[in-house]
Amino acid sequence: MFVLPGYDAFLGFLLIATAVPVLALVTNKLVAPRSRAGERQLTYESGMEPMGGAWIQFNIRYYMFALVFVIFDVETVFLYPWAVAFHRLGLLAFIEALIFIAILVVALAYAWRKGALEWS
Amino acid sequence: MVTNLATAAPALVSPGLDLELSFTQALQGLGLSPQVAHLIWLPLPMALVLVAAIVGVLVTVWLERKISAAAQQRIGPEYAGPLGVLQPMADGLKLLVKEDVIPARADGLLFTLGPVLVLVPVILSWLIVPFGQNLLISNVGVGIFLWISLSSIQPIGLLMSGYASNNKYSLLGGLRAAAQSISYEIPLALSVLAVVMMSNSLSTVDIVDQQNGAGVLSWNVWRQPVGFLIFWICALAECERLPFDLPEAEEELVAGYQTEYAGMKFALFYLGSYINLVLSALLVSVLYLGGWGFPIPVEWLAGWLGQSVDAPVVQVITASVGIVMTVLKAYLLVFLAILLRWTTPRVRIDQLLDLGWKFLLPLSLANLLITAALKLVFPSAFGG
Repeated sequence: MFVLPGYDAFLGFLLIATAVPVLALVTNKLVAPRSRAGERQLTYESGMEPMGGAWIQFNIRYYMFALVFVIFDVETVFLYPWAVAFHRLGLLAFIEALIFIAILVVALAYAWRKGALEWS
Repeated sequence: MVTNLATAAPALVSPGLDLELSFTQALQGLGLSPQVAHLIWLPLPMALVLVAAIVGVLVTVWLERKISAAAQQRIGPEYAGPLGVLQPMADGLKLLVKEDVIPARADGLLFTLGPVLVLVPVILSWLIVPFGQNLLISNVGVGIFLWISLSSIQPIGLLMSGYASNNKYSLLGGLRAAAQSISYEIPLALSVLAVVMMSNSLSTVDIVDQQNGAGVLSWNVWRQPVGFLIFWICALAECERLPFDLPEAEEELVAGYQTEYAGMKFALFYLGSYINLVLSALLVSVLYLGGWGFPIPVEWLAGWLGQSVDAPVVQVITASVGIVMTVLKAYLLVFLAILLRWTTPRVRIDQLLDLGWKFLLPLSLANLLITAALKLVFPSAFGG
């Protein structure tokens, strides 16, 4: 049924792990008192009436980090098979990985220099 | 050419107790087919691990309250049960019967889905936590990589709940949580990579086996001291523990992405963060502190006492010692995390991002390359 061994347990545990929050929320729905409408349904803003919503155009300063993250995350994923098979590959693989990482370090240095890693 | 073609050394450790084999064989003895026996077996370890995770959280919450009280010269919980041990359960029960408030302007579906998405991957990651040679739910081949990929689902849930609340504090908290999580994920994955390179396998069982040749001396923490520190810092940051609890910095953001949450949904966040803390501590002990290994190899002890490791009694004792050792190591780290929380000030967001990108990332890359170089020069000391 499963091509790879051990993944039937993954599927089973996924069902069980999903059942935990679902059961908790359903129990909560059944036993908790009903919500009364009114002021308690306002969003919290330090005790004031909320001034407008939060769904506005807004400068997300973290998007540069997200871009750099994608680069390095992909790099890490590429390095995983290399690390697992490294004991069979020897010196040549080490030099290849060195070149690969060096290219990415240049990218990191560029992003650093350009100020992509500055918060302000 | 320094190609190392030495075949993997034969396993130094005994196969140990295999409850699944015994259980399915017993069922097959009753005339059931192997598939049916396997299906009956499957839910048992899952239920056990789930209960262990939840009990682990209750213990951790109690420890947190008691230790924080001690750090502030208070007594802490004392009425619910002896020394207040039932306090976390009482908290949970209270949250279960609390009213569920969804703000009128929030997006109801995403608001509910957020905490669920935070909790499910954290529970699911317990799939690969080994408490013994065969004492885990499933020894999947990709093991530790599965955990890393599952842990990157969590920021989606945090971002979702921050956005769906339609609250400015929540939105900022959710964005911070996502930024922090992605900043520390790469050093974390790279330090795991160095360990993986030493054990030539992603499976958590193989990683522990590789460390238990000579007891405490062969634990990875001696060969990966830098990796250990990087992993621990990143694990704290991923769990949003002080000094890295910026997403819910009370003084700035009220409670971050949790601001609008009440009742059970808040409890899901709370449960998720504590399960994640215990899980991280367990993984540190698996990756760096020899997992279930006793400081002196059990095989040696059995040899000195003139017992065979394959004797059933010895196997049961070995397995029990293994579980105790795993939990003990993990709880030492949990204790350390709690002490850190109550004794360190919070870092600023720019310091946090600088630490992640400008210090830990180059350091973890260097650590990986040094490990690879050392493995080429001293293959036997670094896993062959």
